[in-house]
Amino acid sequence: MSTMQFGVFTVGDVTTDPTTGTTPTEHERIKAMVAIARKAEEVGLDVFATGEHHNPPFVPSSPTTLLGHIAARTERIILSTATTLITTNDPVKIAEDFAMLQHLADGRVDLMLGRGNTGPVYPWFGQDIRQGLPLAIENYALLHRLWREDVVDWQGRFRTPLQGFTSTPRPLDGVPPFVWHGSIRSPEIAEQAAYYGDGFFANNIFWPKEHFMRLIGLYRERYAHYGHGTPEQAIVGLGGQVFMRRNSQDAVREFRPYFDNAPVYGHGPSLEEFTAETPLTVGSPQEVIDKTLTFRESFGDYQRQLFLMDHAGLPLKTVLEQLDILGEEVVPVLRREFASGRPAEVPAAPTHASLLARRDAEAGDPASVPATALT
Amino acid sequence: MNPLKLVAVSAGLGLPSSTRLLADRLAEAARSHLAGDHEVEVAVVDLRDLATDIANAMVAGFPGARLREAIQVVTDADGLIAVTPIFNASYSGLFKSFFDVIDNTALAGKPVLIAATGGSARHSLALEHAMRPLFAYLRAIVVPTAVYAASEDWGTGGDASTDALAGRVDRAARELAGLVAGRPASAALAVEEVLVPFEQQLAALRP
Repeated sequence: MSTMQFGVFTVGDVTTDPTTGTTPTEHERIKAMVAIARKAEEVGLDVFATGEHHNPPFVPSSPTTLLGHIAARTERIILSTATTLITTNDPVKIAEDFAMLQHLADGRVDLMLGRGNTGPVYPWFGQDIRQGLPLAIENYALLHRLWREDVVDWQGRFRTPLQGFTSTPRPLDGVPPFVWHGSIRSPEIAEQAAYYGDGFFANNIFWPKEHFMRLIGLYRERYAHYGHGTPEQAIVGLGGQVFMRRNSQDAVREFRPYFDNAPVYGHGPSLEEFTAETPLTVGSPQEVIDKTLTFRESFGDYQRQLFLMDHAGLPLKTVLEQLDILGEEVVPVLRREFASGRPAEVPAAPTHASLLARRDAEAGDPASVPATALT
Repeated sequence: MNPLKLVAVSAGLGLPSSTRLLADRLAEAARSHLAGDHEVEVAVVDLRDLATDIANAMVAGFPGARLREAIQVVTDADGLIAVTPIFNASYSGLFKSFFDVIDNTALAGKPVLIAATGGSARHSLALEHAMRPLFAYLRAIVVPTAVYAASEDWGTGGDASTDALAGRVDRAARELAGLVAGRPASAALAVEEVLVPFEQQLAALRP
């Protein structure tokens, strides 16, 4: 594993292909996600991450089921989420599900926590979006303890108290899965990630970079404030969104109808405006390399780069071709270029092996997190 | 000392536009009231030129470069003159959309003169029931005189109960100039995001 991780993240949307009018069934889309994960491993990527959604047109409502299946059909790739809803999932169930997945996948598991911004989803799980931030804070404080303390007594605001509760199975090797906190706008979440010394993933794909420079800058500064290292040592992940063909013009011609009709930003700015303002790159592999390398200039050396490759109705065949190009022509160059000039003190992306090694090295030391968690 | 910045936003659509004409007259009147004691810069933002950018910002969730620049000009202003045509008893959709894509704290404390144009004087209270509440919500400081120019105002003098348009323009501009001149340089308070330290966020949840 190199110092930086590269991978793909999927939203799991079922979207009509605007060029053919064809809509995949849920079954086809779910199977396509598995095919994409396996392809990602085959072409040498490090991470496959799935979203979690509970409303059409999205299919991935049950991420650990999907990832457990993928774990059985892959060997090396890290399985992750983008994002796991820390607000509407019971933290007890997250603790159990991901520890179970960790064992089945032999440690190839981490997760990204997010709040979810769809109001109606909250009541479906007995919650209220107006409590989004407090839910994220309290639920994670509990999750953090469930993975680190064998027996937990706990009382909070949002779920029933726990008395002498042990979450099973215990994390693999006693090492909890690494946690990324995903956010597109909330400084509170950057603060939460910094407090725990966890990773911060800024899903920067839809907005201009200036906003994320402030957010990541805040996270880095607070990471150092809480004594986890220097600002440069904070663990940062970024999104990206690309479509490639050998010739730039071919990429633009082929992708434009998908862009123009895409959920989220379709029927708005032109492809050209959007590529100028956001990480979206539509062009040759070299253009993708050039654009991705600029992320380091904006955000500093970072640990994880995830690309969105399979949305907006792109057919599976095309997505798999894209992954071939990404794995063969783009990522090897990015690994080399990002490694060059990377200061030695900037940590590599965390893995189960690296966390285990660090735990053993620090054995006997008190936990690095300030001991003021909820009691 | 930096020159005072007066910015007029016009949502007029015609070319030439009576809305733009009213914006220009208000800006010029405010400038002349300030000019004795201050250096004044006047800028006009024509929303017509930004119509697509505003719609795109709505869809994409962020303003493109051209619109960002216009928003910057407006939020940096020492005094703002906001002028819209009245459509269907209220400000135009374009006018509202522009202010919808500006952060809702960005105009807090800013002196604002509101004005409108319309085909009939019957719509003049739209300034009071639509425009003034909008800027009140944005916590701007709206001058007491709002200026409405109906078609006939451009060609008539006043009557027993109303000043002529020129008189109302002058009164409103004088009110704006007074607020702008009396405003300390530091009044352009950026509303900083206040970060609550995590211990405090945790503590707030303890049962």
